[in-house]
Amino acid sequence: MDIKRTIKYEADRVSGFGREVMAVPGCEALEHCIQCGTCSGVCPLSIYMDYTPRQVMELVRSDFKNEVLQSHTIWLCASCYACTTECPRQIRITDIMYELKQRAIKEKVYPKRFPIPVLAEEFTKMVHDYGRISETWLVSKMYLRTNPVAALGMAGLGMNLMKTGRFSLKQDKIERRSELARIMESVDQQNQKAQA
Amino acid sequence: MSAKKEELRIGFYVCHCGHNIASMVDCVAVARSVEKLPGVALARDYKYMCSDPGQVLIQQDIREHKLNRIVVASCSPLLHEHTFRGATEAGGLNPFYFHMVNIREHDSWVHTDRQEATEKAKALAEAAIRRVAHHKALEIKKVPIHPDVLVVGGGIAGIHAAMTLANAGKKVYLVEREPSIGGHMAKFDKTFPTLDCAACILTPKMSEVGSHPNITLWTYSDVTKVDGYVGNYTVQVKRKARYIIEDLCTGCQDCIPNCVFKEPKFTDDFNEGLGKRKPVYIPFPQATPQVVVIDPEVCLNFKRGKNPDGSPIVSDKCKKTCVEACGEKNAIDFTQKDELKEIKVGNIIVCTGFKTFDAGRVPAYGYGTYKNVYTSLEIERLVNASGPTGGEVILREGKNPDGSPKTPKSIGIIHCVGSRDKKTNIWCSRVCCMYSMKLAHLLKEHTDAELYNFYIDMRTPGKGYEEFYNKLLEEGTHFIRGRVGEVTDWAMTPEEEGKLVIRVEDTLAGVVRRIPVDMVVLATGLEPQADAGDVRRLFNMSCGGDGWFLERHPKLAPVNTFTDGVFLAGCCQGPKDIPDTVAQAGAAAAEAMVLIDRGYVEQEPNTAFILDQECSGCKSCIPLCPYTAILFDEERKKAYINEALCKGCGTCVGACPSSSIVQNLFEDSEIFSEIEGVLSYD
Amino acid sequence: MKYAYFPGCSLKGTGKAYEESLLPVMKHLGVEMQELDDWNCCGATAYMAVDEGKACAAAARNLAIAEKSGLQQVLAPCSACYLVLNKTQHYLHEYPGMRQTVARALETVGLRCEGTSAVRHPLDILLNDIGLEAVKQKVTRPLKGLKVAPYYGCQIVRPYATFDDQTNPTTMDRLLEALGATVVKWPLKTKCCGGSLTGTLPEAGLRLSYILLKEAIKRGADVIATVCPLCQFNLDAYHPKISARWEPVPIPTVYFSQLMGLAFGLPDNQVVLHRGMIPMKPLAAPAPAAAAAR
Ligand SMILES: Cc1cc2nc3c(=O)[nH]c(=O)nc-3n(C[C@H](O)[C@H](O)[C@H](O)COP(=O)(O)OP(=O)(O)OC[C@H]3O[C@@H](n4cnc5c(N)ncnc54)[C@H](O)[C@@H]3O)c2cc1C
Ligand code: SF4
Ligand code: SF4
Ligand code: SF4
Ligand code: SF4
Ligand code: SF4
Ligand code: SF4
Repeated sequence: MDIKRTIKYEADRVSGFGREVMAVPGCEALEHCIQCGTCSGVCPLSIYMDYTPRQVMELVRSDFKNEVLQSHTIWLCASCYACTTECPRQIRITDIMYELKQRAIKEKVYPKRFPIPVLAEEFTKMVHDYGRISETWLVSKMYLRTNPVAALGMAGLGMNLMKTGRFSLKQDKIERRSELARIMESVDQQNQKAQA
Repeated sequence: MSAKKEELRIGFYVCHCGHNIASMVDCVAVARSVEKLPGVALARDYKYMCSDPGQVLIQQDIREHKLNRIVVASCSPLLHEHTFRGATEAGGLNPFYFHMVNIREHDSWVHTDRQEATEKAKALAEAAIRRVAHHKALEIKKVPIHPDVLVVGGGIAGIHAAMTLANAGKKVYLVEREPSIGGHMAKFDKTFPTLDCAACILTPKMSEVGSHPNITLWTYSDVTKVDGYVGNYTVQVKRKARYIIEDLCTGCQDCIPNCVFKEPKFTDDFNEGLGKRKPVYIPFPQATPQVVVIDPEVCLNFKRGKNPDGSPIVSDKCKKTCVEACGEKNAIDFTQKDELKEIKVGNIIVCTGFKTFDAGRVPAYGYGTYKNVYTSLEIERLVNASGPTGGEVILREGKNPDGSPKTPKSIGIIHCVGSRDKKTNIWCSRVCCMYSMKLAHLLKEHTDAELYNFYIDMRTPGKGYEEFYNKLLEEGTHFIRGRVGEVTDWAMTPEEEGKLVIRVEDTLAGVVRRIPVDMVVLATGLEPQADAGDVRRLFNMSCGGDGWFLERHPKLAPVNTFTDGVFLAGCCQGPKDIPDTVAQAGAAAAEAMVLIDRGYVEQEPNTAFILDQECSGCKSCIPLCPYTAILFDEERKKAYINEALCKGCGTCVGACPSSSIVQNLFEDSEIFSEIEGVLSYD
Repeated sequence: MKYAYFPGCSLKGTGKAYEESLLPVMKHLGVEMQELDDWNCCGATAYMAVDEGKACAAAARNLAIAEKSGLQQVLAPCSACYLVLNKTQHYLHEYPGMRQTVARALETVGLRCEGTSAVRHPLDILLNDIGLEAVKQKVTRPLKGLKVAPYYGCQIVRPYATFDDQTNPTTMDRLLEALGATVVKWPLKTKCCGGSLTGTLPEAGLRLSYILLKEAIKRGADVIATVCPLCQFNLDAYHPKISARWEPVPIPTVYFSQLMGLAFGLPDNQVVLHRGMIPMKPLAAPAPAAAAAR
C-alpha cells in the first residue's frame, strides 16, 4: 500500500497569493465565498475535476498557489458561466479560472502534455500572427504538440468536414496585421512598465 | 425695561473618567486654563463626575458659590447629559443652564498626542463656556397620553401584545387584514423544537382575544390613516365588507354546505392553494372570529365589474340558498359596504409579520415547472391534520398503478431558498434550518420516506435546538452540506427515470452527487411584507436597506422605533421564531404601558418656533419638515410649528429665507459664540 | 435598418452554414448588414486564458472600427464573439485601469474606443428590432409538425443576460413558434455542449454533447436548433465519435437561421441543409394554397 502525506504545513502556502488574485479586476468578490458548493453543483465538468470549483476557491483564498496552478480543474473549465450565474455571492468564478490559467501559463506549471493550455497558446499565437483563426490549422498544431497519435483518430472528423464542405486549409488573415501587432506590443510594454 | 443683567458665575468640571480621559488629556491643565476665562467662578477636575460624589459636588458648588451656569467636560452627552442636567436641577438651577463637552469620544479616545489632545480639550471647553453664557431657562413640556392602544396585525406577535395589554386593563384595538387572526402560526401543524401542536397552543389564545372585554377585534380591516403624535394618535380603519353582519353571525356555518356551488372550486389561500373553498367560507376551523366571509369575486349574487365607488355590483341572480340556510339569524347582507372607523389611541404596536420568499424566483429549483416541488408552507398544510388532505402526504403528480395518489418514498429538503444570496436576499432567515428539520421529522413520520436535508450551515442557536438536530440525526435523516445547484427531471441512470434529480456538491465528502427523489421541499426564506413600504410611511417608521422595519437601537431599544409611541414586535422587524416573537411582543406591550401608566410624555425643549412678525408666509419650510410639524394659518398668512410634533431636527431653521425660525438650545447667539470659542483659542 | 456585422472566424470556417443562411434571411427581412472593415478574431475563450489585457485590446480594436464606421449596432452571431465583445465593453466601463491600457494601445494606431456601440445578438434583433409580426409575414412554408428543441448554449445568456432570461431563455422558442414549428420543452436549453473540450478532452467534452443529443431525442425532438457555431459543430460533426463511445443518437442540429430560411421558402443554396452530417427529415408537403402561391 502506498501512503501519501496529505497534511499541509504553513510553509506550503505562498503567502499573499490569495490577496493578489483578489486584487485582479473581476476576482474581488472571492473574499465573500461561503463555501456553499453551488459552483460545483452546477458545473458540468466538476465530475472530472481533481479539485471541485469550490475547493479551488478556498485554495486560492488560503494561498495554496502550487496546488491550484497545477490542478486539472482550471483547464477543465469550459467557461460556461453556470457557476458565475448561480453563485449566491456573485463571485465571478469563471473569471477567476481565467486568471489562474493565465498565471499557470506564465509560470509554465500546467500539467505536461495537457492539450488545453497548448491550444490556448497556439490560438493566441495565431491571432497574433494572422489576426484570425483557421480552425483546421489550429487543431492540427495542437495535436502535433501534445498527442500526434490521437491526431490520426481525428482524421475521420476531417473527412466528415470535407464531405459537408466545411474543411479548408486556407489560412485566413487580416489586412492590417501590423496594426494589430502594434496594439499588442503596446499592451505588453504597458504591462512591463507596471510590473517594474 | 429689561432687568439688570445677572452676573455670570460659571462652574466648570473636567472629568478624568478613570484613565479614559486622563491618560490622554491633562485634566488639571484644562481646569487651570478655563479658570482664567471671563465669567468662570470656579474650575475643578475630578476622577468620576458621574459618580454620586461628583454630582453632589456640582450641587454643593451651586449653593456655596452661587453658580448660575454649569459646564462638564467628560464623555458623550448621549450617556450622561441627563445625569448632569439632573444634578444641576437638584442644585436649584434650571437644568438647561447646563452644557456638556465631549472630550472622550471626540478627543482622548481618538488622539495619540497628549499635548495636542489637551489643547483640543481646552479649545472645546472655551467654546462651551462662551456658549453657556447665552443659555436660557427652558421648560420640559408634559403631554398627556391617551390610554388606549392600537395593535396592527393579528399573528402571534399581535395576539400576545394585545392579550398582555388587555390583561393589564388597557383597552386595545386589534386590526387584522385577513378574515381571521392567527397569522402564519395558524397554518402550522407542529412547532419546533418541542413539536407541540400549533393549534393546541394558539387557538386558546385566539379565542381569548375574540372574547376579551378589553379587546376590540377588527378583522378583514386595514389601517388607512394615522395622524397625531405620541400619546395622541387619531387612526382611521377601513372595515372591508365581508357581506356578513358580524354581530348576527353565530358561526354555525350552515350557509356553507347550502351554497349553490355543491363543490368547493375556488383557490383556498389559507391552504396555500392546495385546497378549494366556496364563495362563502371560513378560512379554517378555529378561525377567530367565527364569522364566515363571502367573496364577491366569485359569488353568483354579484356581477363582475365594479360600481363607481369601487364596490362590487349586486346582481341578485343567485337563488341565495345560503340566505335560506341562515334563516332568521339574518346575518347575510349583500349590500354591505366598506366602513370607515376613527379611533383615538396613545400608542401603536406594529406586528405585521413577514411573507415567504417567492420560490419561482429561483428557476433552477423548478418550482412551478415540476409539480412535485413544494414550498415549506405547502408542506405545513399537507402534514396538517386539518389541511386539504387531512394530513395525508400525497404527491401532486404521479399515481399508483391502482390510480390512487402516490406518497413519496424519498424527499429532498433544500435550505436557504432565497436567503443568504446576493441575487435575492442576503440575510439568513433564521428559522428555516429549524423548520426544515421539523418538516423532515413530520414527513418521516407520515411517509417513512428517505429524507435528505441540503444545507449550507446548520443554524440551531436556541434553547433545545441543537438537541433537536441530534434527534434528527438519530432518526437517520441525511444531512448533506452543500447548496443545491439544480433540480431537474432528466435521467442519467435507470434509477433516476421519472424522478426529480438534485445535483449538489457534498462539500464535506468533496464530491458532486446526483440524488433522485420523489418530492422536493424548498425552505423559502422570510421577507418583508409586500406592502411594508406603505405601512412604514403610514406609521412614520424607518426601514433598513433590506426592508425590515428598523428598531431604534439594535441592542438597547429593540422594540422602539424612531417615532415615539410606535413600537414593533415579531417578524416585521426581522426574521425570528415564535419564542423570540412572543418575547418581543411582551416587551412592546410593556413599553407602551410605561407611557400609559406614567400618563404623560416629556418633550425635549429643543423644539423650533417661528418669530411670527418675521415670517413672510413663503411656506418654504412646510414641505421640508420630516415630521409634518409645520402648519399654516391661512388667515394670517403665517406658518407656525406644532411643538408636540417637532423633533428639533433643525431642517426648517436653516431653510427659512427670512431667518424667522429659531430653535431652542440652538439659537444663533449660542452657536456663534461656541464657534468663536473654538476659533479664539490659540 | 443597418447593422455592423462581425462574423468572427468560425462563421468563415466550420460554421459557414450559419453565415450562408443568416445573410439571406436578414436581407429577406429588409435588414442591411455591413461587414466590419478588416475585423480581427475576438479572442474567444482561449485568449482570455492567456492574457486578459491583450484579449480586451484585440476585441476593442473591432469595437473601435465599428465606432469609426458610424454604425453603433454591432451584430455578432457567434456566441463566443458576442460574449467576448460584450465582456470587453463591461471591462472597459467597470475597470479604469483596463480602459486606460486599452485606450493607450489603440492610440498607437490612431484608433479610439469610447464604448458607445451596442453588441447585439441576431435573436435580440429579430425579436426586439424587427419583431415577430414581420417575421411571421414572411413565412410561406410554416414548419408544421416539425418538433424543434431550442438550444441556446452557454454564452448568449450568461453571464450577461441582456435580452433574455438566464435560466430559462425564450426568445428562440417564440421565434420558432412564429415559424410554425412545435417547440419541445426540455431542461437542457442552456447546458454546456463541452465547448472546445470536445477536441481537447473528448471523454469529458463529448459526454456533454452526448447528453444533449440523447435527451433531445428522448423528448421527441426532430431537430435541435442552435445559435452558436461551436455548439453546432460539437452536436453535429462528432456524431460518429459519440456513437462509437456511447450509443447512436442520430438527431440533426441546425442553425435557427436555416429553419427561418426554410420557413421563408428560400432556395436550398441559402438554407444549406446539406452542410449537416445528419439529414433533416423532410417537411410535410406544403398546404395546397401555399403551394399554389409559389
Ligand atoms: C414554513 C415555516 C415554518 C415555521 N415553523 C416554526 C416553528 O415550528 N416554530 C417557531 O417558533 N417558528 C416557526 N416559524 C416562524 C414563525 O412563523 C414566526 O416566528 C411567526 O409567525 C411570527 O409571527 P408574527 O406575528 O410576527 O408574524 P405573522 O405570523 O406573519 O403574522 C402577521 C399578521 O399580520 C397581518 N398583517 C400583515 N400586514 C398587515 C396590515 N398592513 N394590516 C393589518 N394586518 C396585517 C397578517 O395577515 C398576519 O395575520 C416558521 C416559519 C415558516 C415560514
Ligand atoms: S458558489 Fe460562490 S459562494 Fe458558493 S462555494 Fe462557489 S464560489 Fe463560493
Ligand atoms: S464556468 Fe467553468 S467552473 Fe464554472 S461551471 Fe462552467 S465549466 Fe464549471
Ligand atoms: S352567515 Fe348565517 S348560516 Fe352562515 S355561519 Fe353565519 S349565522 Fe351561520
Ligand atoms: S349567494 Fe349563492 S353563490 Fe353566493 S354564497 Fe350564497 S348560495 Fe353561494
Ligand atoms: S436558517 Fe438555515 S436555512 Fe434558513 S437561511 Fe439561515 S442557514 Fe439558511
Ligand atoms: S425643527 Fe425639524 S421637526 Fe421641528 S419643525 Fe423644524 S423641520 Fe420640523
